[in-house]
Amino acid sequence: MKIMPDHYSMGPPASEVKAPGTAWPHLPKGTHITIRGLTKTFDGAPVYDNFDLNIPKGKIVSIFGPNGCGKSTLINMISGILPYDSGQILFDGKEARETTLGYVFQNYREAIFPWMRAIDNIRYPLQYLRLSKGEAQARLDRLVESFEVQFDLNLYPYQLSGGQQQLVSIMRALVVEPEVLFLDEPFSALDYEMVMFLRGRLQKVLTERQVTTLLVSHDLDEAVLLADEVLLLTKRPTSVAERLMFDAPRPRTADTSVQPQFIQVKSRALEIFQREVRR
Amino acid sequence: MITVASFGRLRPLIGVVALIVLWMLIHATRAVDPVLLPSPAETWNALIIGLTEGTLGADFAKTVVRTLWSFGIAVVIAVPLGVVLGASQKFYESIEFAIDFFRSTPASAMFPLFLVIFGVGEATKIAVAAFGAALVIMFNVAYGVMGARKQRQLAARVMGAPRWRVLTDVTLLESMPQVFVGMRSGVSLALVIIIVAEMFIGSTDGLGQRVMNAQMIFDMPDMYVAIIASGALGYAMNLLFIITEKRFVHWGGK
Repeated sequence: MKIMPDHYSMGPPASEVKAPGTAWPHLPKGTHITIRGLTKTFDGAPVYDNFDLNIPKGKIVSIFGPNGCGKSTLINMISGILPYDSGQILFDGKEARETTLGYVFQNYREAIFPWMRAIDNIRYPLQYLRLSKGEAQARLDRLVESFEVQFDLNLYPYQLSGGQQQLVSIMRALVVEPEVLFLDEPFSALDYEMVMFLRGRLQKVLTERQVTTLLVSHDLDEAVLLADEVLLLTKRPTSVAERLMFDAPRPRTADTSVQPQFIQVKSRALEIFQREVRR
Repeated sequence: MITVASFGRLRPLIGVVALIVLWMLIHATRAVDPVLLPSPAETWNALIIGLTEGTLGADFAKTVVRTLWSFGIAVVIAVPLGVVLGASQKFYESIEFAIDFFRSTPASAMFPLFLVIFGVGEATKIAVAAFGAALVIMFNVAYGVMGARKQRQLAARVMGAPRWRVLTDVTLLESMPQVFVGMRSGVSLALVIIIVAEMFIGSTDGLGQRVMNAQMIFDMPDMYVAIIASGALGYAMNLLFIITEKRFVHWGGK
């Protein structure tokens, strides 16, 4: 068995898992996703080599790191849309396809279905959950209510602004009440006003629902602002450089980003990031 | 009174008017033998007579029916095949060359072969036109399916859609604009082949036969009328497809 270099990557190899749902004997309490021995090569160059990680339940974890270190690759492998060479990724002992997931892509234009009205886009994933009609409608109504949607959801996506489209995309990911939500640079194609608005709505819903969330961001301010924990990655082959906790009260707004606690975490993250980039 | 704005909408007609004026001018100056080029007025008369007393309407209808039959058969065969072809990279690679070869073969070169198989009659004309149109449609459907953006398919998969639902809910809809391109080219090609078949394969009706007949008995006004009617038919079919596409693929290009 390989000696794990990082303090949090304990636990036996995946093969020793006995049954789905069985917790790792030495896992930190409240772990949701366990990644063991993850290996992925692109054109012969290793991106991930025996990568281990535990992701806590019900927290927002931001993933930040140097360009090309494979942030999106990581969440794509975890969410099951990108195959990996070897290793194991389990959600409370289950595989990705046995888990209800939500995924928000950066490029909303190529992620939502333009042939469906906004409301039908949001409704679409519910059909795969085997819910009763009433329950499906109730979930939809609850979600629309918690997001306080101000525009007509009967419009087609191309009739909406970029921010509204991304909101639809976020709602589509959340309507299934996912166990894990993946956000791949969800706000980077939007103007700042829209970004602030969406961050607010998203935080509100995520705090209400306690969804395990993985956020990839190339904006350090955003990564820290939204996170319970910032996961800093190294250059390829990628490993975890550091994990920083950030427990400022929510909702966090633009004001949060001028407070000492935020600045302290961000400075520390920046320091580690620069160290890793130079390495 | 014609305002500037309404004049803008009439602009496409300038070319038509210019062409007719040029036609009148050539006729008036006798630059071309008037027997070969009758005046626009004579041609217009021939059109009216052809429609009211003659068989122009019947010939027109016959050509429309043949074209639609061949197009219909082509769509029924080519769309499912195109989807299969586009959905499987390996399948596509294995028969790409064979199909590309037949697509590059002028469909008119297949007439003798189809005559042997189907005999001299309706079936041959429709079969050759369907053959030509089917290849064009199949390729475009396959390209559409292959070129569908991967991200929407991934989005559907992560939402729990099984493979076949990804195909029906995402890939097929996403390939629709390309499918329409194929159908439009397909119907145009079908019309071309039908007209040619009507000219040369023992036909007693249809616009192609009408053009040929008028030319042989030197009835030039009627020949021009038949040519213009074929042009109008091709244009109308194209227009119909564009309108249908705009309504059906309402998200296209947005």
